[in-house]
Formats: sequence, structure tokens, C-alpha cells
Amino acid sequence: MAWARNLLRVDLSKGTSTNEPLNMEWAQKYLGQRGLATKYFVEEVDPKVDPLSPKNKLIMTTGPLTGTSASTAGRYSVVTKGALTGAIACSNSGGFFGNELKNAGYDMIIFEGKAEKPVYLMVENDSVQILDAAEFWGASVWDTEEGIKTKHGDPLIRVASIGVSGEQGVKFACIVNDMDRAAGRSGVGTVMGSKNLKAVAVRGTLGVAVDDSKSFMAAAAAGKEVLAGNAVTGEGLPAFGTQVLMNVINETGALPTHNHRDVQFEGANNISAEAMAEPRESDGKPNLVTNQACFGCTIACGRVSTIDRNHFSVKDRPEYHKASGGLEYEAAWALGAATGVDDLDALTFANFICNEQGIDPISFGATVGAAMEMYEDGVISTKDTGGIELNFGNAEALCSLAELTGKGEGFGAEIGLGSKLLCEKHGKPELSMSVKGQEFPAYDSRGIQGMGLTYATSNRGACHLRSYTVASEVLGIPEKTDPLETDGKAGLVKAFQDATAAFDSAGLCIFTSFAWTLDDVAPQLDAACEGEWSTDKLLEVGERIWNLERQFNMAAGFTGKDDNLPARLVKDAAKTGPAEGKTNGLGKMLPEYYEVRGWTGDGVPSNETLDRLSL
Amino acid sequence: MIIRIKLYAALGKYLPDGAVKNEADMEVAIGTTPEVAFTSLNVPLEQCHLVLINGLFVPPPERATRTLANGDHLAAWPPVAGGVR
Repeated sequence: MAWARNLLRVDLSKGTSTNEPLNMEWAQKYLGQRGLATKYFVEEVDPKVDPLSPKNKLIMTTGPLTGTSASTAGRYSVVTKGALTGAIACSNSGGFFGNELKNAGYDMIIFEGKAEKPVYLMVENDSVQILDAAEFWGASVWDTEEGIKTKHGDPLIRVASIGVSGEQGVKFACIVNDMDRAAGRSGVGTVMGSKNLKAVAVRGTLGVAVDDSKSFMAAAAAGKEVLAGNAVTGEGLPAFGTQVLMNVINETGALPTHNHRDVQFEGANNISAEAMAEPRESDGKPNLVTNQACFGCTIACGRVSTIDRNHFSVKDRPEYHKASGGLEYEAAWALGAATGVDDLDALTFANFICNEQGIDPISFGATVGAAMEMYEDGVISTKDTGGIELNFGNAEALCSLAELTGKGEGFGAEIGLGSKLLCEKHGKPELSMSVKGQEFPAYDSRGIQGMGLTYATSNRGACHLRSYTVASEVLGIPEKTDPLETDGKAGLVKAFQDATAAFDSAGLCIFTSFAWTLDDVAPQLDAACEGEWSTDKLLEVGERIWNLERQFNMAAGFTGKDDNLPARLVKDAAKTGPAEGKTNGLGKMLPEYYEVRGWTGDGVPSNETLDRLSL
Repeated sequence: MIIRIKLYAALGKYLPDGAVKNEADMEVAIGTTPEVAFTSLNVPLEQCHLVLINGLFVPPPERATRTLANGDHLAAWPPVAGGVR
């Protein structure tokens, strides 16, 4: 049990839906969510498929623990071939949608084909309807979510939808659920839009059963005790959220600034967790209103904030005066340090728009940063930007572009290409700070060496959520390593990658791993699921998933040459801070990584490795 | 000599008067260690999880022995940011 043992297959071209039993043999090898959905995906989809073709599929998937009483067990993921990257995509989201889907009796929904006209899927346990979405097409995520709940007269319906950006083909469109939680990266929302699928609405009341309920309750309670007793998950994240990292990473000299020209941002403290808690002059209230938790979470790291009503972005726009989700660290970095904007209210507004219109704030902010560098270098001008003066630090330009990109209008449509295509279009491909087409998150790999290898080898393009070696290199979790050294990072990155794949596939939030190891996860899975689930088995499952994703990407046309970083990071030394004079040592780490992975010198999984992993 | 003290998150309340945006200049005696500097501001040492001098990590055993130099930046975070204690 734990798995619903049931998947829903929706053929949007034919307008049909069918139930299928979950492949339980695969579940034992790939666990669930990221791993199991990827297995289905690679079995069913041609790796060469155009991501926006009806032949691409999109899977919304839960893990075996999703919907149980394990802490943070409300996650779901979207697996597809990414519109931004052309690589395997798996974007993970919290909130309440995943729990609802599982409670409706489904481990996953596989979407195929393309609807003739805009539709949304309405699932109420075993009742499944494909409904006309004409009234919601052109609406924001927020209006769509409210509209569907109102139309069906049930505020407890959970909705995952795309904004106008996903309809308009913005390459980094998200799928947003519960107003401000998002399957954010790689353009999964763009794929959804290409299928004319506006939203998925779910109401589930069936419950989630576990194999051995008594053992599971004990294991889940033990896990919660570990989280509560841990300084990071029990105190730090609830009180300060991820945004506490802003000053940490800046002080460490690894805060990418001005499109990675610099590694430290003078305005970092103005956009930090500390700044969010500081009362503002106008009304004496801080930006931060409260923290919030996703389904079943005992950490509650989420931020809820407001914008100063006198700020230029929202003056006379009362619809943005209420509290909403954010800022989280990665968004604050991309909207702030990457663009040189240190106006906290402007960042909060841009983040609201990202949620409202369903765009990934990381790729958006980083692409604006790249455009700002081209503007300052004279590569583009106000003729290209529609009159927007795009200097670094221009808060008005950032806010304006958030709205334009959210709707795919004006120069926002250009930003919506993502930095790779935008910079290539203007003859400056070297200014795109990306790997496999996906923009970097908030850690400069000259100051945190392991993150360079993490980014270069990430199966979904540059990403911190595939191997968060920052935990070890900066925060000392589970043990401290030197961020400026390359020695030992190959093994560290592999260990993080494999463990993360297992966490993701269980249905848990990766933030639990600040306190938990797989030794804490295994007893919960073992009690909830059929089969024997040990730490060793989870590590093997994680490694299998990593290699499966790699195989898909290689069949899609990627090679070891794509395990690379922009020249800026391996040739231009950091100018300030602890990493001053340093570049990223990818050239040393990558061959070591291939070796510890059991791959050839070209980065191809060897037959021996594939045999060992039963691939 | 003068060092720059930076105290973040819940440690911000221990900053000396005149601190701006979580930092302040602070006069200390030659030979001052991070622990001496923290103690002089009444910062509970057990709350200093992540400690950096000029951005470089200071392991717990060295916090009572490493001496600060004029102009050094000494930063600390409570357990919010992980760290090693």
C-alpha cells in the first residue's frame, strides 16, 4: 500500500480518460514520483520529441508517502521533456495539490496529446471530466484557481494551473498550485500550455492507506521528532525561511551578482530575511507577515509578505495590497542580486507577478540580468526593449518586465525565450548563465566549487535541487567541506544526487534532508510500503533514477560536452571575497565524477554500471 | 584595533549601538579571538553556529584560539543556517 496502485491516463487529443493499474514491479525499482514517473516517461516518449509537440507527454505524479502523515508528505512532481531545456524535466511542488491527487486515488496522471481547444481536467475521486476552459483561457493563475473553485462551488478543490505565460509559450512557464506553490523549473508550464491544458482541479476524499499503520505512525513520529529537534528544521527555517541564506552566501563570496559579473552584492542585506523582518517607515509593519506550511509539513519554511502600499509598483493597485507568498531565497536572489535591484518591495511585487502569471522567478530574474548586461554593453538598446532602460539596478524595469513576461507581451516575450535563446539571438551566447538551457540558481560556483559540478551534471539543467552541496560546503550538513576545494567533490555530488533522487521519489520535501538522512526515511517507507525498504536500497534506487535520466538525455542528443559551465565561471576569476582569484575547477572534478559514477571518459554510463543497476 | 562585527538572524539583537544593517565596527584588543569578541557583546556562544572570518569558515575548536587582525570581518549566524557546533 501507500501507493494508490492506480494511474489516470488522459488523452487530450481524443478527450478520453482511463484508469490503469500502477506497475508495481517498477514501483519496487523506482519508488514513486520523480523516479517512477520518469520510468513511465522514458518507456513511452521518444527522447527526440519536440517538447511542445502533442507527442510529448506530461505526468503529474505523487510519491508513496504523499498524503500520509509523514512530515512534508504533500509533494507532487511534474515530469516531462522540458520546454526550456529539451532535457528530462522534473519539477517538484509543495502546497496541497499533491495530497489531494493522492487522496482522489491516483499515483499519477499521464497527459497525452493536445486538446483541440482549451480545457481543464476536473477530478473528484473516480469522477473525471475534461471540461471547456474557454472562460479561463487568458486568465491568471490566481483568477483561474478562484474561478474553478467558485464555478464548482467547492473551496476545498485544489488546482494546479498555468498563467497566460504558459499559454503564450514563455519558455520558463510554471505550473502553480495553491496560489503560490509551483512546479517551477524547466518550462513544465509551457508544455502544459502547448497541450491546451489550462488547469487540473482535484478533490480527493478517499484517504491513503499504509502497509503497517502501527509501525508507520511510530516511524513518522520519530521522523518528526528529529525535525523538531534539529536547529535548522526546528528553529531556523520556520523563523527565517530560506531567505536567511542571502547574507550567508554573500559573506561566503558566492552570491552571483550582475549576471555573474560579481560574486558579492552590496545590496544583499536590503533584500535578506533580516530586511523582511524590519518594520518599514511608512506603516511600521515589516514586509514579512508570517510563515506558512505545506500539507503535513512540520517545518513551515514558507514566507507570506506584503508590499508597502505606497511603493510605486502597487500604488493605486489594491489587488496587490494583500499578503501573498514569498519571498524565498532563490527568487529574491534572481530578482535582486542577479539584476542588481535591492528594492525589497520591487522584488516582492515581481515575485507576486511570477506566482500570479506562472513564471519561474529564477529563470526570469536571471534572464533579465543577462539582458541588463547586454543593454549596458550596448548590444541591445531601448529600440529592442520597447523603451525600457535596462540598466542593472533598475527596479521599475524589473517590475515592468515581470508583468510583460507574465503575459508574453512586448520585450517580455523576448525575456520569455530564456537567457540562452535571447543571448544567442543577439550574438552573445556567452552571456547566458545557464547549463543545458536552464539558468543558474543562487550560488556562484567559483565560491562553492561543488555547485559547479552539480550544475554541469544536473539532468534538468542548472539546478540546486539535484545536489545541494551548499549544505556541506557552507552550512556543514551533514559534515563540513571546504567550498573552495575541488578534492572530494565528485563523490560528494554523486552522494547528494542519488540521495536527493530517493527523497524526491518518496513524496517528501528535500528540506527534510537538513535533518534527516535516508536512515530516517527508510523506516517510514518500510512501514508504509510493500517490500523491504532499507537505506541501501534507497541509495540504489536513487542511483538508478539518476542513470535513467541520464540515458534519456543522451538519447535526446545531449553528450558529455553538455556537462559544462559558461566560460565566465571557468575562466574569469572571482573579483572579491574568499574566492577572489578563483575560477571553478570543473575540468578537474568532471573526470573524477565520471569515474565515481561508473561512466566512460565521455560521460556515458558503462554497460557494467547499467547491469549493476538493472537498467 | 578595529574589526567589523556582523550578527545575523536572531543574533542581531546583540549588535552594539550604532549598528546598521546587521553590522558595526568594533574596537577590540590585539589578540582577540572570535569567542572573546562574541562574549564581549553577550552573544551566547552556543548560539554561534556558523562563524566566518572574512567569509572563511572558522571550525568550532579554533573559535577560542584564532586571533583576529585589524580590519577583519567577523560574522556569525545562529543555528538557522546550519553550521557546525
